[in-house]
Amino acid sequence: MSVQSRNVCIIDYGMGNLSSVASALASLGCAAVSSADTVRIAQADGLILPGVGAFGEAMSRIHALGLIKVLERRVLGDKIPFLGICLGMQLLGRDSTEGGLHQGLGWIDASVDRIPADVSIRVPHIGWNEVAWTVESPLNGNLEQNGHFYFNHSYCMQAPNEVITAVTDVGKPLVAAVRRGNIWGVQFHPEKSQNNGRRLLRNFLNAIPILSPEAQTAC
Amino acid sequence: MLKQRIVGVLLVREGIVVQSLGFQRYLPVGKPAIAVEHLNRWGIDEIVMLDISSPQARLRLDVLMERVAPYCLVPLAAGGGIRTVDQIRDVIKSGADRVVLNTAVLDDPKLITQGADRFGAQAIIASIDAKPGDDGRYEAFVDGGRRRAHLTPAEMAKRAEDHGAGEILIQAIHRDGAKSGYDLDLVAEISKAVSVPIVVLGGVGSPFHFVEAARLPGVCGLAAGNYLHFTEHTATVAKAVLKKAGIAMRQDSYADYRDFSFSEDGRLLKRSDAELEDMLFIHYVDEVI
Repeated sequence: MSVQSRNVCIIDYGMGNLSSVASALASLGCAAVSSADTVRIAQADGLILPGVGAFGEAMSRIHALGLIKVLERRVLGDKIPFLGICLGMQLLGRDSTEGGLHQGLGWIDASVDRIPADVSIRVPHIGWNEVAWTVESPLNGNLEQNGHFYFNHSYCMQAPNEVITAVTDVGKPLVAAVRRGNIWGVQFHPEKSQNNGRRLLRNFLNAIPILSPEAQTAC
Repeated sequence: MLKQRIVGVLLVREGIVVQSLGFQRYLPVGKPAIAVEHLNRWGIDEIVMLDISSPQARLRLDVLMERVAPYCLVPLAAGGGIRTVDQIRDVIKSGADRVVLNTAVLDDPKLITQGADRFGAQAIIASIDAKPGDDGRYEAFVDGGRRRAHLTPAEMAKRAEDHGAGEILIQAIHRDGAKSGYDLDLVAEISKAVSVPIVVLGGVGSPFHFVEAARLPGVCGLAAGNYLHFTEHTATVAKAVLKKAGIAMRQDSYADYRDFSFSEDGRLLKRSDAELEDMLFIHYVDEVI
C-alpha cells in the first residue's frame, strides 16, 4: 500500500502553521487534508494535531469546534495513529499552567509547565537541539541517535518515565517525545527539521495500517 | 545541547529578493521562492523573510508566505508591515512559524502581548534596528530605519521583552552591507538588558564574523543577508569555520567541509593533490526518504 492512499487529516483548529505540515507530508507523496470537520476527522486513518500557540486558547477552540467526541472515539476507541506536534503534544497532557491553569485532553498522564529557570539556555528554547531516543518505537526505529530537530517552545511537559520516548538536553533533560500506544507526541517540529523530520513523518505514515477497501472508496 | 544557528535573512522589495546596502540602496537577487529553496539546500538553520517595500507597494505578507513556504523545510519567520493580530494569524497560517515586529514595538506594543497570548511568546520576534547617533550613543529606529524611536536599543528591547516577545533580532543599520562584521558593542548592550535569546544581523563579510558574535552571551542566532547570496554553500562553510572555532553547530548536509582548511577571509583552501586523488571515486547517492 502506497503512502498516497493513506487518509491523513491535519486538524485545523485555527492555531498553527498547518501548511508547513501539509507541505512536508506532500514532499513525502501524501496528500493530507486539513480540516476541522468532524466527518472528515472521523474518516481519517491517521490524525496529526499541529500547534503554534497558547494552551488555553487551543483547548477552548477544540471544545468550541466540538472535536473532543470524534477525537476520543477515533483515537482512544478505534486506536488510529495520532501525532501531536509541539503544542499538539502538550495538549495530550492533563493540564497546563500556561496563562492560568487549563485542562488538556488528558490522554497522557502529564502536566505542562514553564521550562524551569535552572536550565543553561535562554528561554524560550529556540533552535536545533539533539534528540536522544530512550525507547525504540515505529516512529524512531530508523532515526539516528542524537539527530538534530528544531525546537521552539517556552513550556515543556512533565511526564512519567513510562511514556517518555525521547529527551533533549538544555542543561537538564526536557521531554522531547512521548508515546502511549497509538498516541505519539513530539515537542519539536518535524515539519521544520529537514530530512530528520521527513524521516520521522515517513515513519508515522508507515505506522498507519493498510486501509480496508470500503475506507479507500471513502477518500 | 542547543546549537548555534545560522539564520538567512531574505529582504523582499516589491516581490523580489534584494541585497541591501545601508538601508538605502538595493540590488536585485531573484524570486523569493527560489532563494528559499537554495538556502534550504545549502545548510541554513532558519530563514527570516522581511518585506521592506514601501507601504504602498507592499504585497500581502501571507500571500508571499503561501508562495515560499512549500519550499521551506526549515523554520521560517516573516515580517514587514504587520499591525494586527489577524495579520499575525494569517501569516502563521500561510506557513510562517514566527513573525517579526519592529514598528509595532514602538507604536503598539500591545500587539506583542496579544500575539504572544494567542500564539505563544516563541512565535514573536522583536526586531530592533539601531545605529550610533551624533554623540556616539546608540539610537533605535523604526519604519525601516527612517524614523527615530527616541529610545535606546536596550530600552526598546526591554520594552519588547516586557510585552512578551520571545526573541530579539538586532540589526545594525550602519553595518548593513558593510561586510566589516557585526557591531559587537551594540549586541552586548542589548543582550545585557534582556533575558530572551538574541539573533544578530548586519555586517557579515566573512565566516570569522560569525565566530566573534557566537561567543557573546545570549547570542543564539547568527543572521546574514547579503553574505549568503550568490555563493553556494556559504552557510555550510560558515558552520565548518564555527565548528573549528569550538562552537557547536548542526552539520546535517552531506557536504559539511569538516576536514577542510580555510584562508584568512574564510574561503576554502585547495586540498592536497594526494587527497583529491583519493576522493575521485567517492559517490554520494541521493537519499530517498
